[in-house]
Amino acid sequence: MIIDDLIEIAEKERASQKKHVVRCCMAAGCMSSASKGVKERLELAVKEAGLAEEVEVRGVGCMKLCCQGPLVQIDSQPEPGGATVAVQSRGQGPLYLKVKPEDAASLIGSIKGGQTAVPRGDPNHPFFARQKPIVLANCGFVDPERIESYIAAEGYLGLHDVLREMTPKEVIDTLIKSGLRGRGGAGYPTGLKWATVAKTANPQKYVICNADEGDPGAFMDRSVLESDPHSVLEGMTVAAYAVGANQGFIYVRAEYPLAISRLQTAIRQAKQHGLLGSGIFESPFNFNIDLRIGAGAFVCGEETALMASVEGKRGTPRPRPPFPAESGLWNCPTLINNVETFANVPPIIRKGADWFAGIGTEKSKGTKVFALAGKITNTGLIEVPMGTPLRDIVEVMGGGAPDGGSIKAVQTGGPSGGCIPAEALDTPVDYESLTKLGSIMGSGGMIVMDQTTRMVDVARFFMEFCTDESCGKCIPCRVGTAQMHRLLARILECKATARDLAKLEELCDMVRHTSLCGLGQTAPNPVLSTLRFFRKEYTDLLVEDAFGPNGKEVSST
Amino acid sequence: MIATLANKGQSRLPGILEHASGDKRFKILEAHIKKHQFKQDALIEILHKSQELFGCLDDDLLLFVAYKLKLPPSRVYGVATFYHFFTLKPQGRHTCVICMGTACYVKGADQVLAAVQAKTGIKPGETTPDNQVSLLTARCIGACGIAPAVVYDGAVTPRQTPESALEHLKGWLGDDHR
Repeated sequence: MIIDDLIEIAEKERASQKKHVVRCCMAAGCMSSASKGVKERLELAVKEAGLAEEVEVRGVGCMKLCCQGPLVQIDSQPEPGGATVAVQSRGQGPLYLKVKPEDAASLIGSIKGGQTAVPRGDPNHPFFARQKPIVLANCGFVDPERIESYIAAEGYLGLHDVLREMTPKEVIDTLIKSGLRGRGGAGYPTGLKWATVAKTANPQKYVICNADEGDPGAFMDRSVLESDPHSVLEGMTVAAYAVGANQGFIYVRAEYPLAISRLQTAIRQAKQHGLLGSGIFESPFNFNIDLRIGAGAFVCGEETALMASVEGKRGTPRPRPPFPAESGLWNCPTLINNVETFANVPPIIRKGADWFAGIGTEKSKGTKVFALAGKITNTGLIEVPMGTPLRDIVEVMGGGAPDGGSIKAVQTGGPSGGCIPAEALDTPVDYESLTKLGSIMGSGGMIVMDQTTRMVDVARFFMEFCTDESCGKCIPCRVGTAQMHRLLARILECKATARDLAKLEELCDMVRHTSLCGLGQTAPNPVLSTLRFFRKEYTDLLVEDAFGPNGKEVSST
Repeated sequence: MIATLANKGQSRLPGILEHASGDKRFKILEAHIKKHQFKQDALIEILHKSQELFGCLDDDLLLFVAYKLKLPPSRVYGVATFYHFFTLKPQGRHTCVICMGTACYVKGADQVLAAVQAKTGIKPGETTPDNQVSLLTARCIGACGIAPAVVYDGAVTPRQTPESALEHLKGWLGDDHR
């Protein structure tokens, strides 16, 4: 593969673009609502209508508005010809919601001016219009199962520039300048992490992509892997070149079978085209990527536990330092980044660090993908610039609570995060502001709760999760979470006293400061944040202490 | 059980290997292990394949894997029990996985679970006595946009209610449940 081959593939793909493109969502959400049948019937309808020359039915990744799936959108070029026209008009065609297989004929008929009874969505609704797609730029447009489709969208061009024209140091400098921070939750500057790994002398280094998206309520990484797997592969290859690694692993959850199969296809195609393997773009650089399938352990999202799991062991974390950047997989320096972080890399390389640094806030650059779910009208996937007020996301884009309900709180960061009350909805979404509220950015799950949700119950739900998922290696987490769960259950049963609540708070503090890994350290967060903003809900459930302040200790067991 | 493995492991092995030589599934598993070049770090991949072939990981199978990868049985057993995805007990003919992720939970997955539990009389992780249905819960299957979601025999089904879930189970349950 040389650059001419790449350009040839891209041009051939663009030239073969038909006048009308019927895009049918084939991501896991719509697939479970029978979008596969819709696509088959659409293809059949095109054949029957004799429009095969003009109309292409394309299975694409996530089209974002998951609650209205299966989604179908028809983009038409005003004039036949150039690719630029297609890019301009894309995403603006009529969007059809909740399409059933039997609607196929009338949808295809509508291209030629026919009528259709299928409900239409508004592509200019704030839900779509306020998005700023960088990571999701190809999501819903390219066919995730064809590498040509990604190449036509300028894919792998950045990789060529990196391998042929930039030194590893220049790549790292670009990343540092862009201000990209890790999208897995903690927000460590990506460029610095790469530089640390690059500096180590060990000849054997590894790159790992953390696709163990365990936070309940988060499905951004799944959507990126299902919709645009090549962008992750490209990002990983750039990273490997920058740090000097020759082997990569993607650790993906077993719960995401579709993402696994699309990644396998993507890796196979990239190898066939010489974009993975030895001598990429005829440079001396070699890089391979292997898939590792998780087996359902939340703690494996923690980097040291993940590495133990890649090595085929029980996924238990170990103390840091040494950090993985110095001693990781098989004691070699290891770069470990999240899916979304890697997916940000190709656009940064293509468009430059300054362009990326111009988006977002002073300390948090770029965009963030969020998965909106829970009691909200428009559930689905959104990508907004950092610093967008939470209110814009949940009320303007998400459309607020359905059925006339009112939003009570927004939960971010999964079991490690916290609940942000409705009063604080004007907070801009960036790493620092959310931390100040006692929550975290997390990987990007955003669950909206309305007035019917009981906050103590939510705290108990998350604590049950942490109790179950604690790996059992360190005692504060193993025993502490179990005790906190019992105390919360007691409060919910209206059997607890003020003393129990005090004990709960004490335990929160202890578990937070003495646990070995992130799971335990953040496990008290949902309790602490609900206590901070919804303390009354706890105290309302308490009963009088029968023993008085100096009486017998009320046991927590 | 781990004690049984350790004490009798060696003496049980010839029997297992003899049995394995006549079972086609062991041949497929062995080919898979060979594909991974008998690497010990491929243990989780090999356990995935074993479970896919046999439905569950029983003692003999774990001993077989340990022998082939030259790993202590304790290590194989430790890994098999650590991860939720692996099951040591045989599953029923059908599986019903209820997603209990946060989005599904706030949208009423707990009611769906309660209804299914009441109907089948089993708890999550158990199988009905007639071996028809295994009830499981998941931590989040990433289908939050269509919550609450339930996976019936591998097919993710959106927007479930207690009624729709029971309707789905009707065909699966034996006569004594109707």
